[in-house]
Amino acid sequence: MRSILYVEAVREAIREEMLRDEKVFVMGEDVALHGGIFGATKGLFQEFGGERVRNTPISESAIIGSAIGAAVTGMRPIAELMYVDFVCVAMDQIVNQAAKLRYMFGGKAKLPMVIRTQQGGGRGNAAQHSQSLEAWFMHTPGLKVVMPSTPYDAKGLLKTAIRDDNPVLFLEHKLLYWMKGEVPEEEYTIPFGKADIKRQGTDVTIVALAMMVPKALEAAEILAKKGISVEIVDPRTLVPLDKETILESVKKTGRVVVAHEANKVCGVGAEISAMIMEEAFDYLDAPVMRVAGMNVPVPYNKKLEDICLPQVQDIVTCVEKLLG
Amino acid sequence: MEINKDLILQMYDRMMEIRKFEERAMDLFTRDKIRGSMHLYIGEEAVATGVCFALNKDDYIVSTHRGHGHCLAKGARIDLTMAELLGKATGYCKGKGGSMHIADLETGNLGANGIVGGGLPIAVGAALSARLQKNNKVAVAFFGDGASNQGTFHESMNLASAWKLPVLFVCENNLYGITVPFSEASAIKDVAVRARAYNMPSVIIDGNDVLEVYKTAKEAVEKLRKGEGPMLIEAKTYRHMGHYTGDPQIYRTKEEVEEWKKKDPIKRLRCYILENNIATEEELAVREKRVDDVIDQAEQFALNSPEPDAADLLNDVFA
Ligand SMILES: Cc1ncc(C[n+]2csc(CCOP(=O)(O)OP(=O)(O)O)c2C)c(N)n1
Repeated sequence: MRSILYVEAVREAIREEMLRDEKVFVMGEDVALHGGIFGATKGLFQEFGGERVRNTPISESAIIGSAIGAAVTGMRPIAELMYVDFVCVAMDQIVNQAAKLRYMFGGKAKLPMVIRTQQGGGRGNAAQHSQSLEAWFMHTPGLKVVMPSTPYDAKGLLKTAIRDDNPVLFLEHKLLYWMKGEVPEEEYTIPFGKADIKRQGTDVTIVALAMMVPKALEAAEILAKKGISVEIVDPRTLVPLDKETILESVKKTGRVVVAHEANKVCGVGAEISAMIMEEAFDYLDAPVMRVAGMNVPVPYNKKLEDICLPQVQDIVTCVEKLLG
Repeated sequence: MEINKDLILQMYDRMMEIRKFEERAMDLFTRDKIRGSMHLYIGEEAVATGVCFALNKDDYIVSTHRGHGHCLAKGARIDLTMAELLGKATGYCKGKGGSMHIADLETGNLGANGIVGGGLPIAVGAALSARLQKNNKVAVAFFGDGASNQGTFHESMNLASAWKLPVLFVCENNLYGITVPFSEASAIKDVAVRARAYNMPSVIIDGNDVLEVYKTAKEAVEKLRKGEGPMLIEAKTYRHMGHYTGDPQIYRTKEEVEEWKKKDPIKRLRCYILENNIATEEELAVREKRVDDVIDQAEQFALNSPEPDAADLLNDVFA
């Protein structure tokens, strides 16, 4: 099978959906001629024209709000926010409008819109350009939340997101854009709420999100050499969350580490850990542990940033501690 | 308004410092000494310099993602600024902020900002504080043409005007927000007209003429201190470099860039100085050499400075 970059997989998904459905259109800062600052929409403006691939002003509230208005009246907008950190500027539109409309309208409205953005640290972009904010969205009823870790998942999940009739936060990771992976030429989609076992194992389960998936895979290799067999579960979508696959894995291994890049307090790991405790306590041989970012704004300096964000070695250490 | 010769030479020095600082920063970036993203101010030096020379040391400014020029123009130390770009413990933010977040409270710089439009309301608050503390300080908000499409711009203009606060809004209109021309993102030609909606005076000036910037800012600041309310200055200017280091710049033509390079604010001031016998070629060469030395020393200082200590990672989240 051919291998393509994560960013190319994103682009292919958008392109194919635009070809399939003329209601799909793209808007965001610098997405047209330039193709987005990470190149995710490169070539689409040339192919589909300025009506369907639109540069916006630097006005995040207006970008999200107008996507809501377009979605509720029959279009299928894909709104790109350059960095997830900028959702803060548009938070009312996301939390009070997009997430609430269908419910408040008694189920009478559909909001088929995707907010695509990228998050995460590791590039020295400092505190206002390095955050991972998935917990905010998972905590807000009315939003679907997707975090793909491979090119294959990115393409299949984005196509599903575009076809979904609900607001979807599609969170890419800035360090994953340049990673390659196998993606078939044929059309496929990946359903929401279906976790993927990225590696089979028997001693311990690592539930890993986004960039933590490749890091967990590396850690698993190191641990395998020490005779520890790691299973890696990638939920892929946080809302809906595939509890079943996670719980099955817990029942098999009896030990769990949840790994995410966002800081630990009130992060997704807390939710997943509590869910496991509530639903599979009897199967646990040890408390659920978390590997997560430190509770501090992401620092600029590389040495500090490396300490702040969870690394492969942190996962290895955590697993070893868990197996005691 | 007569500007004394010594002040003109000081402004020349300052613009040179900013220019040479940026050139050195670009060099360090390509040598992987600076990480993340960096936005250079080359070509726009006259705006920060002219405005900041019209301020007192304890007046406030808020800056943008393109903030090195504002920082130095307001009087920050070059070596500590350079050290911050390199993420060193000696930098203004102890290596935690980097290029986009340099602040220096001693010179009234309330920070560069990674969020476009993020600083404007903060300037309004600083001006409110000056009013409440009756200390007669003013606040300047630097922002780009792109930022003028953020809600924060409109909300800040309205609040400052409704409360007649001493805020000087300085729009650096360099024609683009990353790759998008202002004309594509806005239905108006000039940002300045927006002041009308908030019952605020505004003026459009040549942002590449430091003397015009200085005079305009000086008069505006005097009015602000008298309590006449806020004002908007739109300075037309241009960035010579890409939006960020590494920008392929497919959105503008080489001819356009060349045209604007001819209007280089530093060359222009240099000609003015020579034509008006304010200094000779030789005298200017001596001054330029001094700036080179300062930049060399700043670079050495930054390179030789220690990395922050790992134990400091969790410090300073709270006071
Ligand atoms: C809220 C927010 N949206 C988008 C960005 C990404 N961004 C950084 S600089 C920039 C362009 C800003 O244009 P302008 O205000 O005209 O300033 P200039 O870069 O031209 O100096 C954009 C869109 C950001 N940093 N913050």
